[in-house]
Amino acid sequence: MTGTHSEVALPRDVQPDVGAATNLLGTGTGTAHDYLEVRGLRVSFDGFVAVDGVDLTVVQGDLRFLIGPNGAGKTTLVDAVTGLVPAAGSAQFGGTELLGRKVHQIVRAGVGRTFQTASVIEGLTVLQNLDIAAGPRRTALRRLRRRTEVGEAVELALETVGLAHVRDTAAGVLAHGQKQWLEIGMLLVQDARLLFLDEPVAGMSQGEREETGRLLRTIADRRTIVVVEHDMEFMRSVADSVTVLHQGKVLSEGSVADVQADPRVVEVYLGTPAHTKED
Amino acid sequence: MSRLLAAGPLRTWAGYALAAVLLGVVAPAVLSDFRLALLGKFLCLAMVAVGIGLAWGQGGMLTLGQGVYFGLGAYIMAMHLKLADAGPGGVPDFMLLYGTGEVPWWWEPMRSPAATVVLIAVVPAVLALTLGTAIFRRSVRGAYFAILSQALAAAFAILLVGQQQTTGGTNGLNGFRSFFGYDLADPVNRRMLYLLAAGVLLAMVAVVRQLMRSRYGELLVAVRDQENRVRFLGYDPVRTKVFAYVVAAVFAAVGGALFVPIVGIVSPADVGVVPSIGFLVGVAIGGRATLLGPVLGAIAVAWAQTSLSESFPSFWTYFQGALFIVVIAFLPGGLAQLGGVLRARRGARPGARVAGRPAPAAARPAVPALPGAPAGGRAPVPATAPAGPAGRDGPAGPVSDAAGSAMATTNEGAPR
Repeated sequence: MTGTHSEVALPRDVQPDVGAATNLLGTGTGTAHDYLEVRGLRVSFDGFVAVDGVDLTVVQGDLRFLIGPNGAGKTTLVDAVTGLVPAAGSAQFGGTELLGRKVHQIVRAGVGRTFQTASVIEGLTVLQNLDIAAGPRRTALRRLRRRTEVGEAVELALETVGLAHVRDTAAGVLAHGQKQWLEIGMLLVQDARLLFLDEPVAGMSQGEREETGRLLRTIADRRTIVVVEHDMEFMRSVADSVTVLHQGKVLSEGSVADVQADPRVVEVYLGTPAHTKED
Repeated sequence: MSRLLAAGPLRTWAGYALAAVLLGVVAPAVLSDFRLALLGKFLCLAMVAVGIGLAWGQGGMLTLGQGVYFGLGAYIMAMHLKLADAGPGGVPDFMLLYGTGEVPWWWEPMRSPAATVVLIAVVPAVLALTLGTAIFRRSVRGAYFAILSQALAAAFAILLVGQQQTTGGTNGLNGFRSFFGYDLADPVNRRMLYLLAAGVLLAMVAVVRQLMRSRYGELLVAVRDQENRVRFLGYDPVRTKVFAYVVAAVFAAVGGALFVPIVGIVSPADVGVVPSIGFLVGVAIGGRATLLGPVLGAIAVAWAQTSLSESFPSFWTYFQGALFIVVIAFLPGGLAQLGGVLRARRGARPGARVAGRPAPAAARPAVPALPGAPAGGRAPVPATAPAGPAGRDGPAGPVSDAAGSAMATTNEGAPR
């Protein structure tokens, strides 16, 4: 977890709007932060425009939720920024342009993500999963040798996500919630500084949701986190700020209270009780 | 975990020592020269299987065309042997018969023994690197990859057949008299060749064992199971797969190169589609995801094929097909899985061992060598074994080296 955030090194290319955005959202602490800046992002599939000119700025320490009705373009936005689908516009993280790069290059720029379906490597143990996440920085020679000790980052991640007691269990037999936590742990080990979590609490029990909320709050202060979620209750209890997407455009943005008070949001999404989770 | 690791090194070394004694001391002592040469041939086929075990079992790449790499190694070696027999500046006999009487330029590098040894490893490695990168970069996998590699094997065999003047065509290359200066008619030299093959095979198993236990091995399994996820961990899965593919190709080529002096002939029938599938059958039956399953499976299948073909010339194909179906249908993990299945059936009463281990071999410390298997060649197929047809272990009938090489070709012809 040796991030690039030091007190002294203010990058030369600090954009003026970072400060503005930081002040606006009230999380400015005077240090240089990595931040996500999406400008005019546009994704179209055969003429259908899934994401239409989205602007999005998320700074470190701001736990941002991305919500919206089905088909609003939430996951597509994440796919575009993480290199899974081609997109026009710009998406920068820490001054690095992400669009147009290959998936693994984007990951090496400090961006990590999870998927709606937990995709841990089921045949390997929890420890092996986490160890692989630490791997891309290893030299070829070290990879050809056996794992003799458990890295510091791996130990830390095991503790953080609460899986230390099942470290030698095959990931395939973990409970659903544990798999999602393992995924988040893998993001921690790979030292992702920008995390995209796609519906992390879908299918979780109430207890697991609370646990996940705590986990996100713990890791959020030194990272930039974007959560795509349908669960409104979870959003209310965890989010710092919310961006509402609708038909590929940003409909509203602000704190949970602001967004909930926005009549346009109420109209398309929040106000209809059918959309909130009953359980 | 730590307990298993502590027990590991000792068991591993014991396993290796046992295998070395069986292959290096017991087998030469109890087997006739002919049988020993046969075993040597099986060991060469097992080298291909070790590579397939890595690429397919660990990496999930269904390599249905390893005959290409086997053939490259074999032909490079055979060309060297022909040139060496012809003497400095000489022309191999078949070229005088069918060709122009001139040695083509691409034969010339094989005049040098050192260059031959280097080329045996480098040519397949470069080809596998090029092909592998091109194929995996386009995300070709599964059945498409299998079909592609199989087509490659077919094309290679057809190419060889068409070049009668320079590759010997259907006849292939044969009639070698010496191997790097050693007379191939001398039984002592033939025994040395066998020992060389045994040593090389053990070394390959050691290499694959290290790869399976290394972080690379874990990564390879991860790529097999969750290629996309691995990409999102910051790896380039293409490089991971290509590495395993190249290792498998080089192993196959070395197997082919040693096959030539031991068997005495290489022809397009050894490198085409049918032998390429044959390599795979042994691996599947033995258990592709384990360290020793591919080796033992390949040796056992080749041995069963030879002995069954001796007793029932046309029966083998049916038996091989039936065995393949039984294994795929009931033991997808191969016969290596049999022990686990039986243990599970007896119930987890002993309690010590946790039942239900979905982790493939990479997660576990490798199993040390099975006793008796390589030398006897029967042990690895306990349940479905052909039950040793009577007379199989006898003096083996009217055999000679000529019969040995004839058998090498009839093996390939058998599935007709």
